[in-house]
Amino acid sequence: MPKRANSFPEEVLEYVFSFIQTDQDRSSISTVCKSWYEIERWCRRRIFIGNCYAVSPRMLIRRFPDVRSIELKGKPHFADFNLVPEGWGGYVYPWIAAMASAYPWLEEIKLKRMVVTDETLELIAKSFKNMKLLVLSSCEGFSTDGLAAIAANCRNLRELDLHESDVEDLSGHWLSHFPDTYTSLVSLNIACLGSELSFSALERLVARCPNLRSLRLNRSVPLDRLANLLRLAPRLTDLGTGAYSAEWRPDVFAILSRAISGCKELKSLSGFWDVVPSYLPAIYSICPGLTSLNLSYATIQSPALVKLVSQCPNLQRLWVLDYIEDVGLDALAESCKDLRELRVFPSDPFVVEPNVSLTEQGLISVSEGCPKLHSVLYFCRQMSNDALITIARNQPNFTCFRLCIIEPKIPDYLTLQPFDVGFGAIVENCKNLRRLSVSGLLTDQAFDYIGTYGKKLEMLSIAFAGDSDLGLHHILSGCDNLRKLEIRDCPFGDKALLANAAKLETMRSLWMSSCSVSYGACKLLGQRLPRLNVEVIDERGHPESRPENSPVEKLYIYRSVAGPRFDMPGFVWTMDEDSALRVT
Amino acid sequence: MEDQLNFKATELRLGLPGSSEEHENKKAATSPPIPKNNKRASPDSAAEECSTSSNLIDAPPTKTQVVGWPPIRSYRKNSLQLREAYVKVSVDGAPYLRKIDLKVYNSYPELIKALEKMFNLANINGSDFAPTYEDKDGDWMLVGDVPWNMFVSSCKRLRIMKGSEARGLSTCF
Repeated sequence: MPKRANSFPEEVLEYVFSFIQTDQDRSSISTVCKSWYEIERWCRRRIFIGNCYAVSPRMLIRRFPDVRSIELKGKPHFADFNLVPEGWGGYVYPWIAAMASAYPWLEEIKLKRMVVTDETLELIAKSFKNMKLLVLSSCEGFSTDGLAAIAANCRNLRELDLHESDVEDLSGHWLSHFPDTYTSLVSLNIACLGSELSFSALERLVARCPNLRSLRLNRSVPLDRLANLLRLAPRLTDLGTGAYSAEWRPDVFAILSRAISGCKELKSLSGFWDVVPSYLPAIYSICPGLTSLNLSYATIQSPALVKLVSQCPNLQRLWVLDYIEDVGLDALAESCKDLRELRVFPSDPFVVEPNVSLTEQGLISVSEGCPKLHSVLYFCRQMSNDALITIARNQPNFTCFRLCIIEPKIPDYLTLQPFDVGFGAIVENCKNLRRLSVSGLLTDQAFDYIGTYGKKLEMLSIAFAGDSDLGLHHILSGCDNLRKLEIRDCPFGDKALLANAAKLETMRSLWMSSCSVSYGACKLLGQRLPRLNVEVIDERGHPESRPENSPVEKLYIYRSVAGPRFDMPGFVWTMDEDSALRVT
Repeated sequence: MEDQLNFKATELRLGLPGSSEEHENKKAATSPPIPKNNKRASPDSAAEECSTSSNLIDAPPTKTQVVGWPPIRSYRKNSLQLREAYVKVSVDGAPYLRKIDLKVYNSYPELIKALEKMFNLANINGSDFAPTYEDKDGDWMLVGDVPWNMFVSSCKRLRIMKGSEARGLSTCF
């Protein structure tokens, strides 16, 4: 008599499983036994696909028949910096088309770095009556016409977030397509839109949506219209202003201050394009409650910034331009003891000499003064190993450390040495480091440290660094938890890749551009590892037209159960089992 | 060749004496650029140089740009510049105005070259012409005094002056 795998009815197990939410745990449950696999797949509601080409829509639907929330990511991260040519891929339409019939009850769609068309948006608007959340992060390919379709049809929409997408802005009238009966808006982020919005439509929309908690306007919304909007939405917790500038008028200032102080629940502020410093005090009243402040578009100088941040003792996240300078970061370290995340962006990255006094000292100060600081993105022009060692000692809790020394390959400005020991200290001391971006002059030794100590590292970004294949070998053989590796302009080649080929199947993806990986090695990898898609990107024409040992321009390798993709443009080739034998 | 030499002699060049066409090199390098230590001259020394050399204005040198470096998203790069950098350009004596997008250019020499081409003029920075612009405050300024990025964000319109007025402005040569 066969042993029964479980004595609970399915419904009970399903109920128990509903408390288990993370993908990893869900995945673990599904491997216990066949019946648990079956039960789990019928009740999984949330899906995260980190690489849209790792699996196909058909496979997703076949395994999970009733999904309510999907998150998909498309292009590799380096697409953010124009390293992925136009037309590479990441089209979401096939997914939407497949889900339109399979998941009529889909409620949430989150896309990142994908190509979304107006046709796609129209299909979403038509197919999913229960659509509640649409997040298009760093996406492109659609226009405000597509948004109009969403506005007109998604009666249950709660959240529309266009986070930094590239939208063809045909007109601001799309907002008027939200019907008068539509009142469910909770969150709207349209900060990336270029043109003027229809203000009256915006005001009417805000006025009739009592649950609105997050509103991120675009630059076109002038300061003198902000007060009106805030009066209509006093329960906002997250506000992105439009252009924060106007001619100085005390009455406008007074009205604005009053309106802002009426928003007693504001926790997060952003926007602040074209800031006129005299209007900044209008936000002082709510500063004590702020946990998140994005001033990374505010071209104001250090004194004004210092005045502002010193009134925000509860700040957890700050994004700011390097106008804050070392002196401002000292003040930040003094005032904001709850700071968790800091990003300092360069105001003028293309000028050779520093235009502001922001050095390694600023980062030392915050690492010392902010005990909860765990995530940093820091652009600067000089750094020293001593500073990095001090920073690592001050703050062993970093989970994300991204340092961008603006000039490639420059050494420690004090000793003229590479930054090997500095980054070595970071990885050795910060035992929970999950994400690391390195810069400056680095030898293979740096990667030896990273491979030795970066055991929890999941994502690593490298540029203009290393001496030889040994560097890459240290990483691939040492970093046990590596999921994403992206490399540009490094002398890494065939040997390290071929020696660690199996490692690539344990990672989500590897990007290498302007390195020394030969076409022959790519073919070999593609042939040997059928569960990897080895894609060569080369805009100089088919790699067969060049010698086997000639390096490819760009290489993107990712694991996939869907096999090679079929939507590649003319400058991308998949190396598969047949490619080694194929003759052009 | 002779013409070129003459052209160079009267050309308003934006760089230290002796520095040549570095600014005009826009090619995206595949290997990292070796940083040249062209220090930005302080405002005082720039003024002194004004009266002694023909290389007038020291704008801070921008290095050859490598694609995608430093790693800043284009969204952010675009946001920090002007949303629209289209400005009207008038030339004294020309029958109509033109419009150009300042964002397209990376430096003063590039802009000057483009203007010369657009209006078919040989020597905008020679003795007969002076490029001027109206800034955010409504004042008319001589092109070239401030760093390029600052110029782009404050320039509202351009006017290429001609004749005696222009000669007055070019006395720094």
